[in-house]
Amino acid sequence: MFSILSALAQRIDLLKQVRRGNTGDVIYKVLAYLFGLALLGIVVAIIWELWVQSAFARQEFGISFLWSTSFDPVQAQFGALQFIQGTLVTAVVAVSLAAPLGIGIAAFLVEIAPRRVNAVVGFLVEMLAAIPSVVYGLWGIFVLAPFLRDYVAPWLTATLGWTPMFSGSFSGYSVFTASLVLTIMILPTAAAITRNVLQAVPKEQREGMLALGATRWEMFSQAVLPYAKGGVIGAMALALGRAAGETMAVTIIIGNARRIFTSMFEQGATIASVIAGNFTDADSGAYVSSLFLLGLILFAMTFTINVLARLLIKATSSGPTG
Amino acid sequence: MRRMTLWRALLAGLVMALVLAGCGGDVAEEGGTPDEADDGGSENGGDGEAAGSITGAGATFPAPLYNEMFSTFAEEEQGIQVNYQSVGSGSGIEQYINNTVEFGGTDAPMTDEELEEVDVETLHVATVGGPVVPTYNLEGVDELNLTHEVVADIFLGNITEWSDEAIAETNPDADLPDEQIQVVHRSDGSGTTFIWVEWLSAVSEEWADSVGSGTDVSWPTGSGGDGNEGVAAQVQQTPGAIGYNELSYAEENDIPHAFLAPDADSEFVQGSLESAETAIEAAEVPEDLRVSVSALNVTDDGAYPVTGLTWLLIRQEMDDLAACRATAEAAWYATHDGQEFAPPNYVPIGGQTLETSEEFIQSMEAEGEACYEG
Repeated sequence: MFSILSALAQRIDLLKQVRRGNTGDVIYKVLAYLFGLALLGIVVAIIWELWVQSAFARQEFGISFLWSTSFDPVQAQFGALQFIQGTLVTAVVAVSLAAPLGIGIAAFLVEIAPRRVNAVVGFLVEMLAAIPSVVYGLWGIFVLAPFLRDYVAPWLTATLGWTPMFSGSFSGYSVFTASLVLTIMILPTAAAITRNVLQAVPKEQREGMLALGATRWEMFSQAVLPYAKGGVIGAMALALGRAAGETMAVTIIIGNARRIFTSMFEQGATIASVIAGNFTDADSGAYVSSLFLLGLILFAMTFTINVLARLLIKATSSGPTG
Repeated sequence: MRRMTLWRALLAGLVMALVLAGCGGDVAEEGGTPDEADDGGSENGGDGEAAGSITGAGATFPAPLYNEMFSTFAEEEQGIQVNYQSVGSGSGIEQYINNTVEFGGTDAPMTDEELEEVDVETLHVATVGGPVVPTYNLEGVDELNLTHEVVADIFLGNITEWSDEAIAETNPDADLPDEQIQVVHRSDGSGTTFIWVEWLSAVSEEWADSVGSGTDVSWPTGSGGDGNEGVAAQVQQTPGAIGYNELSYAEENDIPHAFLAPDADSEFVQGSLESAETAIEAAEVPEDLRVSVSALNVTDDGAYPVTGLTWLLIRQEMDDLAACRATAEAAWYATHDGQEFAPPNYVPIGGQTLETSEEFIQSMEAEGEACYEG
């Protein structure tokens, strides 16, 4: 109600300005409004399209689509659980590996590195983000997968092979490899934003801590990091969203097995990878509609991640501490 | 300061030069296009009056062959231009049903439901075949013999180790590793998958019951690669892998592929142009030709069973006589003179498959007249 009133008030304001002869201001304002609304319109259009196109699958499979694991084009039976599992596992593993690395890089650049190094390394980190994802995928197949197979996997099998997580044989194409490629892909996002956030921490915050006789580590861990907490969480949420939606590199490396996996060494599939891999030649209405429904689920998942991150920031940043 | 400005001036000059060069190129191209279009237009117009051009769309697998075949056809048969758009079997069938093309192309025959959507009878004219071979990655094993049952069990996940007795029995001389078998399949829907699983369904009841057949199935085990190249890459990258590829793809990339036989005592046959041709000639195909030869599991001497066909989809009764005649000419050419372009990547058709295709073309009609004039 309030928003309608304020919109009305603004319109009256606009009319006043036209009468005063500020046509330039009016055009600028109208354009800015249109562009702002266009963004909203695009989001609504995407949701609408996903909703409409997935109608058949929603009626056919109902809510049980979410926890069904069958994906049989011959019988026209489809489910989403294995893809939700694949998306969540790869994204969460990637973020939990990228977060400490990203914060470490940012801390080094802001707190320790000379300004010149900060600029150069910062530029390199941002350049990592510009590499096309298909290149990461090919690098994953030809460099990372053989390396993991020859050096890392045997060691993991020997030490952690008794846990279900690392059981079975490692063929190179696996959830494990995909998670590591994702880690490297989201590292620039995590590091670059964290660096900006740390740079924005006021000098007084550091100086005060040092004046109290704190070491550099105490200063960073007790004065800088808590102050920047909200921004760092935001950076990780962004990285998580990127990992969940990443398509090309994952499709190349994860093995595209449309089953639930129990070991990180097994093959799996993510929502994005199954849509990318099967959309063009899905041959039945139920198949296409199910892929749209998977897209809707992915949309809902990334939306939830962002909302949760916002709530987390709100909850933790009730004021700068330390 | 002075040096700084000089650098800026240089940079600005460079940018300007690039912009100008870019614009210049655009202008020249724009100037060139209308001329070319004019020339092409008048030529096409002349041809169109003589006998017209026809359009087809569909499967990507035979597209290189069709392009080569039909360009020679256009030179020989004055005035008949055939445009084939390689858009995939699914789109080919769709465009054929919507009657937006004179003929469709597909690697998997149309289903009964799809046929019902067409108001006239649909002819499946087979043009060429192609074997699908089990490619593998086993160091030091140059020749691998597998019985049909063993292949099905591997793809069902019943046999998981290369050291399994069932494999050792038919390979007494091979040094089989003590490794897990890594099954690789296509992750996208494809005609290659269709040929492969039609055959698996024919040789294994368990496969037919639990998995079935189609261009995309619910694989019981293994990992998926996108496209022929995706499967080939995974097989080559993974020691202990077994997958399936079109023969030409396996040969071009030097990937070894296994010999197959119905049982341990029979002759083991490797996929090749000759063994696939033998299979097509010996195949007892049904009247409507809607069967991948692999589903018949031809086990005659020297025949390689996992062989598929690719078809032209043609309406038995067309609206326009000129277009119908052109289509019939083109289809006849594709199944006869055009066959010389088939090797080394495609298998020429013969036997009953060819005879049935000929009958189909002769049965075509439009405006009450037969379209094929011999």
